[in-house]
Amino acid sequence: MLDAGAPDAIISVRNLHKWYSGVHALKGVSLDFRRNEAVGLVGDNGAGKSTLINILAGLHQPDEGEVIVEGSRVAMRGPRDAMDLGIETIYQYNSMVPSMSIARNIFIGREPVLFSIGGFGILDEKRMRRESVQAIADVDLHLRSPDALVGELSGGQRQGVAIARAMHFRSKVMILDEPTNHLSVKETAKVIGFVRGLAAQGVTAIFISHNMHHVFACCDRVVAMALGEVVLDRRIDETSIDEVHAVL
Amino acid sequence: MSVTEQQSGEAPGRPARRRGRWRLVKIAMEKPELAALVLLFLLIGAFQVLSNGVFLNFNNLRGLFGLLPEVALVAIGVTLLMICGEFDLSVGSVFALMPMTMAVLMVDGWPFWVAIGAGLGLCALIGLTNGLITIRFGIPSFIVTLGMLFMARSLTVVISGGFPPRLRMDEIPAWLFVDFVGPGGLFRMSFLWFLAVAILVSLLLSRTNFGNWVRATGGFLPAAQATGIPTARVKIACFVLCSMLAGFAGMIQTLRIGSALPSMGEGLELQAVAAAVIGGTALTGGIGSILGGVIGATLIRVIDNGMVLSQIDSNWFKFAVGGLTIGAVVANAWMRKRARAMKVET
Repeated sequence: MLDAGAPDAIISVRNLHKWYSGVHALKGVSLDFRRNEAVGLVGDNGAGKSTLINILAGLHQPDEGEVIVEGSRVAMRGPRDAMDLGIETIYQYNSMVPSMSIARNIFIGREPVLFSIGGFGILDEKRMRRESVQAIADVDLHLRSPDALVGELSGGQRQGVAIARAMHFRSKVMILDEPTNHLSVKETAKVIGFVRGLAAQGVTAIFISHNMHHVFACCDRVVAMALGEVVLDRRIDETSIDEVHAVL
Repeated sequence: MSVTEQQSGEAPGRPARRRGRWRLVKIAMEKPELAALVLLFLLIGAFQVLSNGVFLNFNNLRGLFGLLPEVALVAIGVTLLMICGEFDLSVGSVFALMPMTMAVLMVDGWPFWVAIGAGLGLCALIGLTNGLITIRFGIPSFIVTLGMLFMARSLTVVISGGFPPRLRMDEIPAWLFVDFVGPGGLFRMSFLWFLAVAILVSLLLSRTNFGNWVRATGGFLPAAQATGIPTARVKIACFVLCSMLAGFAGMIQTLRIGSALPSMGEGLELQAVAAAVIGGTALTGGIGSILGGVIGATLIRVIDNGMVLSQIDSNWFKFAVGGLTIGAVVANAWMRKRARAMKVET
């Protein structure tokens, strides 16, 4: 295909298809995610949202169609490829290892090392602690020690650390997979406030949620999916919660 | 961050210094090996009294340090693998298979160093097989390595031909592994090997990026995968290392007793798991330390030896190890819970 996506898009997908053992999970999805835009992705269970973001996160590969990042076609073989392209995904549960410290969690898989032989090396723990403190402070989270175990944090604090991690590695696109599930009202407000502030920091957000109010509170655009297809794609100010509900 | 800085802004109540002390208590209680360490000292004290001062005398310590490396090396590998979230029941059989392979090859005229290499290579292959089958087919490693326990033991007997091969000890630089060294010959060389391995693996786990991946893989697999860690390869590496350490430990025992026996290391796999668990390693993975595994192994040796010296019927040995295992897990779970409940800092 010659179409390289919309010119101002940071990620475009064209005609994405994905089958899972006979189930046609994505049926030719084409979408553009523009720079500094917050896009809400809504839809019922099984609508194809997770399949789409798993492809964008590099966890799965599409059976057909293409993913275009900043104008060039990419074939991501794993989550690491996506991260290297500046795409960070924050999962509802899967982002953190509870039995490890905040500093260790922030750098999992991307540990700074003092020196390395064949990719293995001694951790630069001083730097990890220092940069973790900074990263946490940057997202306005107040935690006393980078050595605290993530398992001791509240759900909202954990999301905060995951977001801090994504920001620290200067992601261009942040995919947030139902980040407000099981959070208290106060913590939800904080996450929503954070997503709203991403554009100012030059980050594109893809916000997946079941809760339409959360999407309308922090997104510029809403994309609704049903049965593996995009059924609605509008700017927030051109649509309403009722209209989105109607198509789902 | 200094202690006082941390306490500024906290609600008034307990005086600052006392809160600082609580913080240290919390940190100590979160150390998984703490319970085992305390118990070790208590037992050493008890056996010293019960044995009328014989337990800590030079000759007994010499014997203790001579045997410890064999079970401790196995425990180190098993602990690492358990932290990575997997399990190896085949270590006892590999413990026998490696030296048997080496001995049989040497009878066939292979030089010692080549035979050692072949033996360790076979261990690596077994670890690789354990890992590949576990991951490729998504089977619990408990089952895969249980199968390997039987297979490796059977292989040991088959290649021995039913008779333990005669080791020509004069051709073997056994001094490198079992000679007495140190002040008054307190330690065997095997103790130095064990010490070196313990320190290296410990550093690998706590100070390297690989160690971080091991903890993440065992701690919460989906998160490790989502951050792009090659979790399959990390696990396989741990399987291989675990098998090789078990084989190496078996070789040391063979050189110490001067003969490769097909029945060596029977039941050792469970002792190694017990050592890891007593030392605070969680069966679910992610939590534990090499030091803990070593302390656990030491505890088992101390009980074995101390009971004999205290003239306690040695049939109680397994009872004691079993009770200790359960007790240690309960104590660790309780301490972890208490430590978590202490809200001194987040």
